[in-house]
Amino acid sequence: MTSGYYGRPVLKAPVWKPAIAWYFFTGGLAGASSSLALAARLAGNHRLARSALVASAVGIAVSGPLLVVDLGRPARFLNMLRVAKPTSPMSVGSWLLAVFGPASAAAAASELTGRVPRLGRIGAAAAGGLGPAVATYTAVLVADTAIPAWHESHRELPFIFAGSAAASAAGAALAFTAVDAAAPARRLAVTGAALELGAFRAMEWRLGDLAGPYRDGTAGKLAKAAEATTAAGALLVSVAGRRRPTAVAAGALLCAGSALVRFSVFRAGFESAADPAATIAPQRRRAAAASDGRELPSTS
Amino acid sequence: MTRMGFFTDTSICIGCKACEVACKEWNDVPDDGLDFLAMSYDNTGGLGADTWRHVAFIELPRGGSAVPSDAGQAGVRWLMSSDVCKHCTHAACLDVCPTGALFRTEFDTVVVQQDVCNGCGYCVPACPFGVIDKREPDGRVWKCTLCHDRLKADMTPACAQACPTESIQFGPLEDLRARAAGRLGALREAGVAEARLYGADEHDGVGGFGAFFLLLEEPGVYGLPPDPVVTTRDLPRMWRAAAGAALALGGAVAAACLPRR
Repeated sequence: MTSGYYGRPVLKAPVWKPAIAWYFFTGGLAGASSSLALAARLAGNHRLARSALVASAVGIAVSGPLLVVDLGRPARFLNMLRVAKPTSPMSVGSWLLAVFGPASAAAAASELTGRVPRLGRIGAAAAGGLGPAVATYTAVLVADTAIPAWHESHRELPFIFAGSAAASAAGAALAFTAVDAAAPARRLAVTGAALELGAFRAMEWRLGDLAGPYRDGTAGKLAKAAEATTAAGALLVSVAGRRRPTAVAAGALLCAGSALVRFSVFRAGFESAADPAATIAPQRRRAAAASDGRELPSTS
Repeated sequence: MTRMGFFTDTSICIGCKACEVACKEWNDVPDDGLDFLAMSYDNTGGLGADTWRHVAFIELPRGGSAVPSDAGQAGVRWLMSSDVCKHCTHAACLDVCPTGALFRTEFDTVVVQQDVCNGCGYCVPACPFGVIDKREPDGRVWKCTLCHDRLKADMTPACAQACPTESIQFGPLEDLRARAAGRLGALREAGVAEARLYGADEHDGVGGFGAFFLLLEEPGVYGLPPDPVVTTRDLPRMWRAAAGAALALGGAVAAACLPRR
């Protein structure tokens, strides 16, 4: 009987609304964009740095409200900074955003207005350095739950999110940067897309029986759409990324694919939580394996 | 202070639901609707924001017949069990709470501070038992407090106080564990081979429960996870994977921006 108690779920489904799935996308876009901006600046590519700085600031400006509206008590959002807890990825993320958000905003504001360049440089350096953490901590956030499709993919999820973030940052840069300055974005688009797609496949392979939600149902459809969109974007960049209209189209495809893969992961958690067999069956196998060799298993 | 807890001996539960009612009354837990669930005598369903004790009713076919026959109880083996928050030694809800609203009390129980909770909902999917949930439209999460207020007044929690068969026993966890071991031995001796303790082992995935059980079937039959593990046990591995991914992202960005000849 792996159907459990009248087929009811063992776990509670997350109470997070789709705003959180959107945040996974906007936060990843912001994080990777700020790193792209910093690297482009250091390489002397100021036009690319400028568009990436703006993309980062827009991404993080959208992220804040997305996170606050999802709270049951939005007025208490500052309670997130009441404590600092390394055991809570959400606490770690709150502190990351508390530094990253203002840094990214300062960098973009200084870039656009030309004022306080020194503060702008400090902001750009801080945001660029923290960017990879902002883009990947959300994978730990979902993995650090009891939901099998999330928890058991904790090794691959950060790489999926990193690849997805890189692809979206490259996509945004492609759409808003002149083609002669966008060569780094074209290269990043291809590596990001490859990382996203490869890590997703690796996750499905490792999950085995638990990968069901990523193949079937709504999450499965989103995963297939993400794969097709991201692959199309990367292909378009490779063959026609030097032409402005196709670069814009490829950028849009990459951003869409990046968002879709986050939606798929988000949705898969709900479907996995709803399935009592996904919770009970692997644990029963584990318990049976552990009790082998013991005489009388008094607890189970 | 001494760690306090529950020992729920389901072998003497009669399914009266006095625990459910007493809990609702004492803790002022709101009504969550009257649904007929067609699940034996259970119209409560399961633990949640507005149900902190839940009595499960399981009708196991005895012998060959899969359906309860006209012979009535002769064809059915009844299992009744009052479920509750486990007050884990290693509590995932408490670990992942970003505000510190969930805390460990002086009785080693796990309680939500309602004046701190901001309704982020992280504890909800973190619990390996599906205990804690968000109350709409209140916006915050709620669960069993092991009657923290009553404990502070040296009183027994409402559910244990109301239980007419002492299926729910309250006391210092050490005493309860000893009592449970004795009860298990007596049942085994009487030929109840399926009897087992659930959550009494300090070396399980959550470090043992503050509220543990004596079950008459394997946990999965009651809708309980057979081998629950606190999700944060794997957190160091997760942070390492994320660090690797963050490095890969930084490397990919840097490589893309390297000047080309």
